[in-house]
Amino acid sequence: MAKIELKHISKKFKDETVIEDLNLTIKDGSFTVLVGPSGCGKSTTLRMVAGLEKQTGGEIWIDDECVNDTPPGLRDVAMVFQNYALYPTMSVRGNIEFGLKNRGIAKREREKLIADISEIVGLTPHLNKKPQNLSGGQRQRVALARAMVKQPKVFILDEPLSNLDAKLRNQMRTELIQLHKRLGTTFVYVTHDQVEAMSMGDEIVVMNKGVIQQADTPMKLYHDPANRFTAEFIGTPAMNMMNGQDLQGIEIRSAAAVGHVGFRPEQALIGAGAEIEGYEIEGEILTRESLGAENIYQIQSRTGVFFVKTFLAPLETAARVKVTIPYGQLYYFGLNGERLRGVEASSKRLAAAGGR
Amino acid sequence: MESVDNTIGNIGTAAAGSQRSYVRTRKAMIRQTMTAILRVINTVCLLALVLVFALPFIWMVSTSLKTLPETMIFPPRWIPTDPVWQNYADAWNTGPFLRYFTNSIIIAGGILILQMLTIIPASYAFARYRFAGSSFLFGIVMVTLMIPAQLIFLPVYLELSAFKLLNTHLGLILPFASSAFGIFMLRQAFMQISDELIEAARLDQAAEWKIILRIMVPLVKPVLVTFALFSFIAHWNDYFWPLVMTTNETARTLPLGIAKIREVEGVATWNVLMAGNLILVTPILIVFFLSQRQIIKAFVYNGVK
Ligand SMILES: Nc1ncnc2c1ncn2[C@@H]1O[C@H](COP(=O)(O)OP(=O)(O)O)[C@@H](O)[C@H]1O
Ligand SMILES: [Mg+2]
Repeated sequence: MAKIELKHISKKFKDETVIEDLNLTIKDGSFTVLVGPSGCGKSTTLRMVAGLEKQTGGEIWIDDECVNDTPPGLRDVAMVFQNYALYPTMSVRGNIEFGLKNRGIAKREREKLIADISEIVGLTPHLNKKPQNLSGGQRQRVALARAMVKQPKVFILDEPLSNLDAKLRNQMRTELIQLHKRLGTTFVYVTHDQVEAMSMGDEIVVMNKGVIQQADTPMKLYHDPANRFTAEFIGTPAMNMMNGQDLQGIEIRSAAAVGHVGFRPEQALIGAGAEIEGYEIEGEILTRESLGAENIYQIQSRTGVFFVKTFLAPLETAARVKVTIPYGQLYYFGLNGERLRGVEASSKRLAAAGGR
Repeated sequence: MESVDNTIGNIGTAAAGSQRSYVRTRKAMIRQTMTAILRVINTVCLLALVLVFALPFIWMVSTSLKTLPETMIFPPRWIPTDPVWQNYADAWNTGPFLRYFTNSIIIAGGILILQMLTIIPASYAFARYRFAGSSFLFGIVMVTLMIPAQLIFLPVYLELSAFKLLNTHLGLILPFASSAFGIFMLRQAFMQISDELIEAARLDQAAEWKIILRIMVPLVKPVLVTFALFSFIAHWNDYFWPLVMTTNETARTLPLGIAKIREVEGVATWNVLMAGNLILVTPILIVFFLSQRQIIKAFVYNGVK
């Protein structure tokens, strides 16, 4: 169990600055997911925590101990690599045992630990096989077992599921969540897949271009994004974004200039009655995608293409539709993409009537 | 798709259906015959190749068991009427063959051990560490690869003579204590191994030497075995260096002893000469059969990667 703190971390590869002044606290016992587009510095951050990469500046603390100069083996951190990185010439047993041997753990105890772990991950019948003779899922389990057997303070997992097929991935996702519950150890998990992040993490750190955009619980990220990037990154389909100047028939009272206004596809209503007060858009349905319980429409409006998602509603057949977004479901963003709060909106006609 | 096809066929006339299946089986038959023919051609070609490479060897074995007049008769006979095992004893007794044999083992083996001790750390360092002048040093190693032995034997001779190492085992071993080719080959193999493996080992708290010996070296074992075999064969069979670097029998090796058979026995005692050659190659054949699996693996590995 451990808390991890990154203080003013920066990282340069030669002249290229990958991470600048990153501050993050990973809570003890949390399942923290770093998520962001490819190349945004997630792996680099993780590797600095593990000690495989040396930060250019800043401090890393694990459990109130600065580990800046601690070599990877002594940080009490175990890592699961994307390509598993199993030792090809060793058997499954050898792979799991290697770290224990290096720590000088006695043979009797090693055997007990290996037996326990292989029982948990279901590798007992395969202990004497070489990694090349295992399936992808089994290799994944060996990698997990190898990490778990050391009983580390921190587990680090870098896109561990991306090499598995969809079905196995879902299964392993559930198993990892259960494993975390069972061990209670701090998990730091990296993925570029926001669905994976949302379904697994209890803390999610959204990163872009080496900068943390928002670190929060999944629900907060979804309902209360801090900026445009997070708003558009979380959710499928992504949040629809309209240019502030393109809006018509709406009166926005805001302290700061509004750059963009967004709404989630699942908050928009198709053909809503007049009793619902909201921003109205008319448009032409371009495509209809029916997934059974939910339908996704791609709609061409005056200002651009946007998505609407409905649940348990009959498929909309009309070519042109009116879409209403309740005022409370609109998200406002400033000119630099920051979220604007306390913005109020009403329809122009009403405001005008009230004004007179 | 096929079932739909068949149904349509059945709806049409039965005759049409049967005709089509007839065409289909004929096509299949032609294809089968073609593959069979190709397989035969393939086997014949391979056999021919084997013969080309094996015939001289078989001829050598055959000659080594003949009497001297029998080696001369025409047309030649492949199987000697009465095998003369005495030829081997004669060959062995033309000189101090026990000494030649032990010299060969000490020298080829000593070179092999020294090379392993030098090329593994050198190639690992060139493959995995960036240090001041590493590419320059590697360049020098590569240049030595291009210098033929005939060019440097004189300076080496003078050097060995100055150190009083002529006619000693050490004098024949030291010039080959390392191998540029071995360093090059092994460096390539080390470079192909993914960094993640080393990082995983670091997280497993493995010391550097342990990473090298327990993880890296086992991974390049097929390449290492292949190189070791080539090196052993080359120095076991080497005639030039021992000839130049020795002036008496103390450190002379088997190839020199075999060359001497001709001097001792006169001009054309082919049977004894061939017996001597067989004494020379038998240890190599044994080593080869022992390491065959590793060598094949080395080439298969490179193919897959
Ligand atoms: N060893 C390295 N040398 C140079 N650049 C690197 C190295 N490792 C990563 N980078 C760069 O750092 C950036 C972030 O990489 P990474 O942390 O792997 O991203 P992510 O894991 O989020 O996809 C990328 O632009 C990548 O090119
Ligand atoms: Mg990555």
